Amino acid sequence: MITHPDPIVTSRLGHDDSHTLERYLATGGYEGLRKALGMTPEAVHEEVNQASLLGRGGAGFPAGRKWSMLREAPTTYLVVNGDESEPATFKDHLLIERDPHQIVEGTIICAYAIGARQAFIFCRGEFALGLERLTQAVNEAYEHGALGTDIFGSGFELDLVVHPGAGAYICGEETALLESLEGKRGFPRIKPPYFPAAVGLYGEPTVVNNVETMSNLPWIVLNGGAAFAALGEGTSTGTRLFALSGHVKRPGWYELEMSKTTFRDLIYDPSLGGGIRHGRELKAFIPGGVSAPWFFPEHLDMGLDQDAVGKAGSMLGSGSIVVMDESACAVRAAYRITRFFWRESCGQCTPCREGSGWVEKVLRRIEDGYGREEDLDLLLDACDNIAPGLGWPPKQTTICVLGPSIPSSIVSAIHRFRDEFLVHVKDGGCPFEPDEVRRAE
Amino acid sequence: MADAKGLSPENLAKAEAVVALYPHRRSGLIPLCHIAQAQDGYLTPAAIEDIARLCGVSAAEVRGTASFYDMLHTEPVGRYVVAVCTNIACMLAGAYSVLSHAEDRLGVRLGQTTEDGLFTLEEAECLAGCDQAVCVQVNHRFFGPVDEEGFDRLVAELAAGEFDEVVPPHGVLCRVERSVGLKAHRDDERATAPAAPAGSGDGGAA
Repeated sequence: MITHPDPIVTSRLGHDDSHTLERYLATGGYEGLRKALGMTPEAVHEEVNQASLLGRGGAGFPAGRKWSMLREAPTTYLVVNGDESEPATFKDHLLIERDPHQIVEGTIICAYAIGARQAFIFCRGEFALGLERLTQAVNEAYEHGALGTDIFGSGFELDLVVHPGAGAYICGEETALLESLEGKRGFPRIKPPYFPAAVGLYGEPTVVNNVETMSNLPWIVLNGGAAFAALGEGTSTGTRLFALSGHVKRPGWYELEMSKTTFRDLIYDPSLGGGIRHGRELKAFIPGGVSAPWFFPEHLDMGLDQDAVGKAGSMLGSGSIVVMDESACAVRAAYRITRFFWRESCGQCTPCREGSGWVEKVLRRIEDGYGREEDLDLLLDACDNIAPGLGWPPKQTTICVLGPSIPSSIVSAIHRFRDEFLVHVKDGGCPFEPDEVRRAE
Repeated sequence: MADAKGLSPENLAKAEAVVALYPHRRSGLIPLCHIAQAQDGYLTPAAIEDIARLCGVSAAEVRGTASFYDMLHTEPVGRYVVAVCTNIACMLAGAYSVLSHAEDRLGVRLGQTTEDGLFTLEEAECLAGCDQAVCVQVNHRFFGPVDEEGFDRLVAELAAGEFDEVVPPHGVLCRVERSVGLKAHRDDERATAPAAPAGSGDGGAA
């Protein structure tokens, strides 16, 4: 049963001018900030704790708890992660282009709660329009009195800088993002320290939160944490913005109540994904970005719930669902995902740098018809060296989680579609047609 | 490059203003690379020298940092960098057919530039436009869904200048400039801040 609560982060997107200050103010914009500034920072923090807002970037760490971990220091920073690059994820891109003021307002609220006086929004470099809209929104927020000194007469002061990335998936990893923001290569930092809350930007305590996480804050402050927590179930509270792509009739973004909606609803309901194109059968789907192990038809009735998906051996991750129908080649899909990790590996750690290239080559030769039967064991063995045990969550041999994400698609594909790999080997090539080009309507 | 003179006086002023937004100068490195690319389409050796001076690092460090990032070019590229996404969602929508068609249509292979200097063809990783697969970016402006016919139309219209409003020449990223400097009272801290922060990424494997 699909519930239809009022949207929280996409409430303005029905308007063509949702990115403008005029529309924002006409639809309750900056009221959450005004209310927050009338509360103590601790009280704002408490509302977010009550909301049980889980970070919307991928790891799903509770936002309020992250804020509690800040080391006491004269200078603290807030950095908003808008470097959305997990393949098939396009929800932050949407929020950045279509409702930049909501992100700015959420950022100011967060900065107030944690006592930061300078904040940065790290926006993925490839989002040219997004950068323009965010920069415009920040300019307007200063003029409107929502940024700078004495914000709305409260005495609170904050500077907000929009920082452009330059094209590197790894910068979505929070310590790599901070390195990049410091003007360096996006190399994830060795842990410990595990959290930027202890040692972050310029070595100072720093909160790094995702764009969608920030976008929820104005609503949470206005309506209260309890109202947010009343949506969803268990630890998966509120709504979440899901990005649906692949072989569905209606790819797109859908803001849904957590837990209450199932994968079947999302993929098949006429108001959501609308079912598989050409009436074909579902082969597999990826439940949370390409770092996640694949799901299959037997998982369709699971709710969009962080814990449930985790227990079933995958993750809701970045909230992006990729649907593959029976015409999709599992070898080709695993190859393309692996190629991505190989291209984006920062190169610091051997298992990731060497392992990704190795398995990419083996997958490529299988797809091209030059594979050997023993290549399947070779793939699994190489994956086992990247993430020993091949379990979920993966064991770590590297500084960050990019490396351990490599086996997900390969192991999923081999375990489920072993015969398909063997046909590639036996027949000397791929038995599937080239992927059908989707026609512009 | 005999004709490369580094950043223009106007862009130098812009760059100074950007550097002033950060507690440490080096943080301006990537934004300044974007300013340099907006001016010349790629990072010229002279512009790299300017960026190094403004950020308080060596030219080698600028080059070494820039080479890590896909969007930063140290060699000239075409007026339009056309990037076809082939990652999973676009692949399932036929991206490899569109890409191979693009190579035929432009008469170049991946990474090459057409003889007239108009188009450079690239294969992109996921561009976060998956509901519009196959997704194509031209100088980081989005187009999609793009099929083979759509690709032909797109390059014809680009060549005819019909997208000049939407798609500026390569390197121009954000056409909205920040209108204010920093306002919160932290000028004193900034003046005493060291050029390079201590204890941030110093323990990395790098």
